[in-house]
Amino acid sequence: MADTRLKTIGELLARQGILIAFAIFLIGFAVFSDRFMTPENLATVIRQAAIIGVMAVGVTVVVIGGNLDLSVGSMLSFSTVLVVDLHDKIGPELAIVVMLGATLVLGAVNGFLVGVARLNSLIVTLGMLSAIQGLTLIYTGGKNVDILDQETTWFAIFGRGYVAGIATPIVMFLGLALFMHVVMAYTPFGRRVYAVGGNPTAAVFSGIRRSRLVFSTYLISALTTGIAALILGSRVMGSQNNVGQGYELLVLAGVILGGTSLLGGSGNILKTVIGVLILGFIQNGLLLMGYPYYAQWLVTWVVIILAVWLDIAAKRGRLLSPIA
Amino acid sequence: MMAPVPALRLEGIVKTFPGVRALDGVSFEVLPGEVHALLGENGAGKSTLMKTLAGMHQPNEGRIYIEEKQVEMRTPLEAKAKGVVLIHQELSLVEEMSAAENIYLGELPRKSFGRVDWKTLFAKAGEILTRLNCKFGPQTRVGDLSIANKQMVEIARALTVNAKAVIFDEPTASLTDAEKVVLFEIIRDLKARGVGIVYISHRMEEIFTISDRISVLRDGTYRGTLITSDTNEDEVTQLMIGRSLDLSRNEEHVEFGGVALEVRALSCGSLYRDISFHVRSGEVVGFYGLVGAGRTEIAETLFGLRTPSSGTVLLEGKEVRLSSPVDAIANGISLVPESRKEQGLVLGMNCRDNITLPQVDDLTAGPFVSDGAELAIFEQYRDRLEIKTPSWRQAVKNLSGGNQQKIVIGKWLAMRPNVLIVDEPTRGIDVGSKAEIHNLIRELARSGYAVIVISSEMPEVLHVSDRVIAMYSGEIIREFTAAEVNEDNLVQAISGIRAEKVA
Repeated sequence: MADTRLKTIGELLARQGILIAFAIFLIGFAVFSDRFMTPENLATVIRQAAIIGVMAVGVTVVVIGGNLDLSVGSMLSFSTVLVVDLHDKIGPELAIVVMLGATLVLGAVNGFLVGVARLNSLIVTLGMLSAIQGLTLIYTGGKNVDILDQETTWFAIFGRGYVAGIATPIVMFLGLALFMHVVMAYTPFGRRVYAVGGNPTAAVFSGIRRSRLVFSTYLISALTTGIAALILGSRVMGSQNNVGQGYELLVLAGVILGGTSLLGGSGNILKTVIGVLILGFIQNGLLLMGYPYYAQWLVTWVVIILAVWLDIAAKRGRLLSPIA
Repeated sequence: MMAPVPALRLEGIVKTFPGVRALDGVSFEVLPGEVHALLGENGAGKSTLMKTLAGMHQPNEGRIYIEEKQVEMRTPLEAKAKGVVLIHQELSLVEEMSAAENIYLGELPRKSFGRVDWKTLFAKAGEILTRLNCKFGPQTRVGDLSIANKQMVEIARALTVNAKAVIFDEPTASLTDAEKVVLFEIIRDLKARGVGIVYISHRMEEIFTISDRISVLRDGTYRGTLITSDTNEDEVTQLMIGRSLDLSRNEEHVEFGGVALEVRALSCGSLYRDISFHVRSGEVVGFYGLVGAGRTEIAETLFGLRTPSSGTVLLEGKEVRLSSPVDAIANGISLVPESRKEQGLVLGMNCRDNITLPQVDDLTAGPFVSDGAELAIFEQYRDRLEIKTPSWRQAVKNLSGGNQQKIVIGKWLAMRPNVLIVDEPTRGIDVGSKAEIHNLIRELARSGYAVIVISSEMPEVLHVSDRVIAMYSGEIIREFTAAEVNEDNLVQAISGIRAEKVA
């Protein structure tokens, strides 16, 4: 009997490991810091996680489709710089439209190279990471940009405003995640993304237009990055040229923590949300406990490795295995 | 009389996986110099037993003996060191390396400072390859070898250790008849050297050609051992599936409808030339030929995966352009592809979603996929094809080969095609499921489908076809009606041409 009970616990861990880890982190931090479990602090964490969270929603779609997108970090820099710079020149409305359009063009370049030309997504998006950073610097000539009239512009709503008493970034993050979750879990489009990520050849043999589908996943991750740029630009009302540097790894960390397989074909948007929040809580909790800012990088890495290892171990039934 | 000491013996092996008791107290032995065939339907536990023998699985209970000494084999390397070698169905070679490096992988001969001693390596590997009558040198890159020759490299690898037992898992699955003959010579040679051989195959005629004894597994339990010379196919089949099978020629008389598909002078580069044929509704046309004869390529062209260089395709008399699977599906053509795992299924996806995948766009309520519509289709084809799965949620990778194949067939029947193309419908699946799939193909024809069956197995072609088209090297050699075709003239149709070409 003990054997079966152990097995159920193991299965529970395998299936809901991410939720359990989440709960353990919350309890742990709550025990060690009395400032942690306050509504203000929790809202702050979610709000700070929103930018990475919004991007992670889009990147999850790309990863389920069997590809990577490492270009989102410098894409965030580009889009933030663009929207902030154009704000004073052509007004916030047009600035937003132009920025989203330009971001989608960058996504289309990724989508064309990976989806249509069938190049390796790691190489394409790593190259785009550097190319877009160069593009941003060419655009600004190396100068930082900012918005002059920070007090009265309605553009402040995205990063500093509230909707029904909840901070706008939180509303946008959770709303977008919920919307994308519904798309992925319940629409034919979502089903096709899972199929292409799971077995691209079989998907083609089933009459799915693979190139077009992969292309559209990159448009989605570009769009979510554009939305993240709105929040970021609006929050700081200015931007450095390299403001998004390193975000691609944090985004990917959130996706992986959420249990999405880098091999494609499986994953879940809502679990990505939890993955992103765990990262946010680790960062916040460590700060509250008095550790220096950079300690989070080490802890984050350990958490990701443990999460991935446990995930694989649960699938194959033991920690180390001579065969895959 | 003293009984000889078994090269390898298993006793009361139990192996469980979450939710399944894959092996339930199985005992099995192979004597030195014996070919012991292991038979069973897919899911009977053959693969698990074999992986346990080769150190890839650890049994939950039971003991393993090599020459009556109890051993434990925790990894494949340990098993190999103890003299048990597995020649796997899916070959595990490093394509980028030479044959010699593959043969001695992990134990390359060394010089000082850990440098590889290439001279010794090539000499030793060359020796083994010569012993196996191989026509390629030890320096050949494995990626450039044919599947048969890759298999030779695997066998050569087995010979580097002092193998006491060699396990062959479906070794002939992708071999030509000539290559098969060579393989059997090698097996007989190993046998003469006193190696114990475990031979796993679905092909009954091979088992009767090569084996000394036959052991049968069913549902993870041991069902008995027969002496090959004292038994027959019927008896073995009965032990395996609990009933006997009919694999006679198709003598059914069906009234055919109009011509559903006509192909005129279709050519595609060097793959096939000047192919013309037609299929009427209610008719099964079998394409027989060797691997590489161009049959699969014709199927892929009809499904829009290849562009022909010339020729026309007509569906119900109208010329159609098929430039993608989307076009083919829209025109009522379905293809059950050659390789179910690579081309037919998304293995991690559940049964229901795999079946509805090609039509998921049409199964919607508003913007969403309709659960009810999907389930209705799944249940309809699960019942019709008798797919055995605990639930629609089960990932297809957990099903047996036969049930996986039924999922692929169900997926394409659910599209209600006018023309159904089935490429190697029973490759790698057990006799029981085979018979079910053959009956299904006949039944589909009776209900008005135009069916093309591509197969490398002669009994299968004879059993299901109303007409048989024999192909060789990209050309149609001859066409037979069910009444005139038999094994002799079919073999002649292919080998006759081969003789001409040699002369």
